[in-house]
Amino acid sequence: MDKPKIVIDDLSLYYNDCHALNDISMSVKENEILGVIGPSNSGKSSLLRALNRLYEIDRARISGLILLDGVDIMKISVNSLRQRVGLIFATPVVLPGTIYKNLSYGPRLHKRYTRQQMDEIVCRALKAANLWDEVKDRLKDSASTLSGGQQQRLCIARTIAMDPEVIMMDEPCSGLDPISTAKIETTMLELKENYTFILVTNNTKQAARVADRTAFFLSGELIEMDVTKKIFTSPRDSRTDAYIRGKFG
Amino acid sequence: MVWRIGPKTNQKIAFGVLLLMTVITVIVLFFIIIYVFKNGFGQLTWEFLTSKTHDMGKEGGIFPSILGTFLVTILAIIIATPLGVGSAVYLVEYARGGLLRRIVSFGADCLAGVPSIIFGLFGFIFFVIQLNLGWSILSGGLTLAVMIIPTIIRTTEEAIKAVPHVHREISYSLGGGKFDTITRVVLPSSLPGILTGVILGVGRAVGETAAVIFTAGSSLGIPTTVFSSTRTLAVHFYILAREGISMPKAYGTATVLIIIILAINFIAYRLMHRFMKRYY
Amino acid sequence: MVKDKIAEKLFLLIALSAIISLLLITFFIFQQGIPLIFKAGASNFFSTQWAPTRGHFGILSMIIGSLMVTTGALLVGIPFGLACAIFLAEFSSSPLQKVLKPIIELLAGIPSVVYGFIGIVILVPFIREYFGGPGFSVLAASIILGIMILPTIVSISYDSIIAVPKTYREGSFALGATKWQTVRMLLFPAARSGIVAGIILGMGRAIGETMAVIMIAGNALKIPGSILDSVRTLTSTIALELGYASGDHRAALFACGSFLFLIIIILNIVAIKITGRK
Repeated sequence: MDKPKIVIDDLSLYYNDCHALNDISMSVKENEILGVIGPSNSGKSSLLRALNRLYEIDRARISGLILLDGVDIMKISVNSLRQRVGLIFATPVVLPGTIYKNLSYGPRLHKRYTRQQMDEIVCRALKAANLWDEVKDRLKDSASTLSGGQQQRLCIARTIAMDPEVIMMDEPCSGLDPISTAKIETTMLELKENYTFILVTNNTKQAARVADRTAFFLSGELIEMDVTKKIFTSPRDSRTDAYIRGKFG
Repeated sequence: MVWRIGPKTNQKIAFGVLLLMTVITVIVLFFIIIYVFKNGFGQLTWEFLTSKTHDMGKEGGIFPSILGTFLVTILAIIIATPLGVGSAVYLVEYARGGLLRRIVSFGADCLAGVPSIIFGLFGFIFFVIQLNLGWSILSGGLTLAVMIIPTIIRTTEEAIKAVPHVHREISYSLGGGKFDTITRVVLPSSLPGILTGVILGVGRAVGETAAVIFTAGSSLGIPTTVFSSTRTLAVHFYILAREGISMPKAYGTATVLIIIILAINFIAYRLMHRFMKRYY
Repeated sequence: MVKDKIAEKLFLLIALSAIISLLLITFFIFQQGIPLIFKAGASNFFSTQWAPTRGHFGILSMIIGSLMVTTGALLVGIPFGLACAIFLAEFSSSPLQKVLKPIIELLAGIPSVVYGFIGIVILVPFIREYFGGPGFSVLAASIILGIMILPTIVSISYDSIIAVPKTYREGSFALGATKWQTVRMLLFPAARSGIVAGIILGMGRAIGETMAVIMIAGNALKIPGSILDSVRTLTSTIALELGYASGDHRAALFACGSFLFLIIIILNIVAIKITGRK
């Protein structure tokens, strides 16, 4: 539980001349849930997109070093990187097609599977995401018939089906009701022992509930990062303190 | 406007006028079809549809024309669709918003509006004479292909642009490459729009006269190879009507032509609806 | 990935092929036609004498012919087309809209030769009988062309009106306006750019129409004195003479084609400026 899964060294991210991230240095431990909090535009989402090199399709540039299990991510093929580091977006967006297809799409990109193997993968992923019981009888239905909370869990299942090592969540509960939110948080805690989580959230209470460590970002800079309990009870930086108390953001 | 009368009455008058004009429009449009059908339906015997044409069209059937129309149209679609769709994919997915894309879009729009006689002019001099393909299905098909490529590019472009960007991002996040993302996410989603454009292109090709008469010719024999000249239904109808050769046959030909086109457009609509339901 | 690199080159190749073929036509038409315009000179090209085998390449009477017929078509097509679109969009019930609009769009696919035929069989004798003149006239062409562009105008105008957000209408009704007032003062201006684009599209179709016009306009080579007179358009000339033209005559037809092409390009530019599309 103490090995660093990801090491970030002096990372900066630029869109044209605008700095989204400025000299970030931190590490993510294996099998932890790392919470990332901060006001809007503090660079939280940019951090995630840097880790799976999704910024490349936005035509942004980075400088600095990111290591996954000790290997520079620029040296790994981008497709296999994205398979190992999955991303769940803020608004649940399902691909057009059936529930089954949403889950089989990712794995099929990389390997051929028999029908039976695919069925197993789908079942396992849905169970892990706590969605199996609700959809097992209607895998052939269109994914758009699911509710918001179910769709978000479908997105989680979709990522799990890829058998990743790291799962990044970008404000996954922002549009959801409290019950769906609770379900997702439970899922995260259950899956923690097999995956490493990075959770970006606008909801400080959520970070307090599930994250092992929490990092506070402000205007593209990492202000403070520590064990969650410490951040929330006695933060070192006054800005962290102000944000947690709700004085801004 | 006429404030003395008061807005409520104004509206009643407006409503009446609009209703009247709509009714007239609908009646006129329907009348045209019904008139042709009424006079032409009697001609639609099995003989008519399957026999050869005799005596310049005064006798016999229209089978050669049906076959010819089919061949020319199929050839045009086989050429135009891959070129049109592939171009649109390149423009939207690779050339992304650059100057090239805007120029090509504009060019495609212009060419989509260019009168078909100009394509006939081009096809006649270029394919028939300069490339020495003669009046043939090949010349006709190539000319029609060139004519409908711009339309296919534009409709495909719109269909592809309509696919939400997030879908692409999801595919990339799952480790998909660009080619996979295009073929497994973008194209399947935009298929209804693409197909509609292609089918409407087919409809246009079938009804086309000016571009075809100067490239595929007007031979009444049954076409045997792509180099055979042929007279499509629209051309045959035009000649029958203008030369006054045979009114009954003309009505019959027109009826067949209209039925084919209406069927094609109808299929386009149904396909679009069915795909919408399956995916959304 | 290798797959991606190959795919990109493949799509580029396809795109280039298509673009080349389109450029081919454009250059071909202009390359065959423009030299003749310079050879003949502006005063010859824009005179009214068209006798291309004898060196007279004046297309003015045909330009005027095209203009008159197109204007006539718009005079018929716009009022009825807009009326239909407004009625369908705002004053009719939803089921009626769902049925009528697709039908009108289906009718857009009827070939022009059929319209021309109806013109010959019904309209021309009618005009000859009740209005005089040969029947094959500007009037006949205008009416038939107007009917031909109706589906286009109805369809695009309808789409433009429907696209105006519901909130506009609700705001207007909340102020006590009637439906007609809302249409007239709010929806119409809001949908204006789309409607105008539809009209320009219809105009392009009317200008470019060939076969129907040949069948009913009479094709006489003089400037019509009244709408009951026979007329010839640019497109008709190309179609009528292409079969036997050679040398300079043929080049002159390409010159007509170039002129038409240019008009369409200008119309498209105007349409883009008006709708503010990119």
